Amino acid sequence: MSNTSWQNLTRGILRENPIFVMMLGMCPTLGVTTSAMNGLGMGLATLFVLILSNTLISSVKNFIPETVRIPCYIVIIASCVTIIDMLMAAYTPVIYGALGLYIPLIVVNCIILGRAESFAAHNTVGQSILDAIGMGLGFTLSLTILGLVREMLGAYSAFGYSFASETAEPLLLFIMPPGAFLALAGLMLIFNKLKGQK
Amino acid sequence: MAKKSSSVYRIIKIMLVVALISATLLAVCHKVTEKPIKQAQDNLIAEGINQVITSEFNNNPFEEKINIRHDKELFTLYPARKDGYITSIVMKSHSNKGFGGRLDVIVGFLLDGTVSGFQVVKHQETPGLGSKVNEPTFKKGVIGKSPANENFKVRQDGGEIDAITGATITSRALIDAIQKAYRGYLKFNAGSENE
Repeated sequence: MSNTSWQNLTRGILRENPIFVMMLGMCPTLGVTTSAMNGLGMGLATLFVLILSNTLISSVKNFIPETVRIPCYIVIIASCVTIIDMLMAAYTPVIYGALGLYIPLIVVNCIILGRAESFAAHNTVGQSILDAIGMGLGFTLSLTILGLVREMLGAYSAFGYSFASETAEPLLLFIMPPGAFLALAGLMLIFNKLKGQK
Repeated sequence: MAKKSSSVYRIIKIMLVVALISATLLAVCHKVTEKPIKQAQDNLIAEGINQVITSEFNNNPFEEKINIRHDKELFTLYPARKDGYITSIVMKSHSNKGFGGRLDVIVGFLLDGTVSGFQVVKHQETPGLGSKVNEPTFKKGVIGKSPANENFKVRQDGGEIDAITGATITSRALIDAIQKAYRGYLKFNAGSENE
């Protein structure tokens, strides 16, 4: 793999991590990360949509006039998401039951449009897919970590497995909305501190 | 291309093409998934029914569903029978008082009116809080109690049911759905006696 390809793939994971560095897609980040499993599921769904939308947009970029590119991209992204939504409801009802509410949110996740606009619209299909995988993995990773932290503090469990006795009173605040901000701020602090040391 | 792209007609044409292709794809996808989605929802209900019945039965309650109207709202009733005699009544009920809106619940009643089980089949509650409504810790507190009893309320409202920690509203909505189901069940009982 050439140097640029490698860079495109890994950029999203640490250097330009969508959550901790670029701070994109905050709405699903704060909303769904009440448990590690939810974070992981949302991350994977986004990863999948991102690959699909980046592929499509980089392959049609030459036909779309500059002036109307955003509406066209939105139509393409929304169609992708709706199709995934329907397919999931039909063939994976269990996952859909847990994540169904968040799938439509992916449409308005700015990472998707952000990558379409800043990367897929100027690069080849191959590179765009690599970029999507990198960004998607970075997003998934961040969401899972955030979910894990909130779940461990707020429910005394990790990936659904409880590690405290039933009578223990967990810090409920962390699964509620304000906890999302606190946990995110804490993680961002740690992440950027570590990143700065390199 | 840069010159050409400024033409209004070209822009309109391209946007139309993009919209048409997307719409076609969506329509095809809808047609393909329509049946499996219905099937998946039915399966969920059928599974829920089997979970909430504790008495013996050898019919297929899902096949024998009866729609009843009570207080301008529609309920579906699934009778569980053993050799033709009703042993439990399962109701599909709902409440609009959930934290995230509507809750669809399947409730099972024994013939004395006590709740034999419930299963929330559709909700939009907060994951990790309200979504705990289907967990055994909360279920234990509701099962075996009768909505006819005045104490069939969450503790915060003066009742004897422990609400889910951090999700009192969800717990209230669930009680609301069960109570609605119970009123529908009473109506069904009264109706069958009059026959």
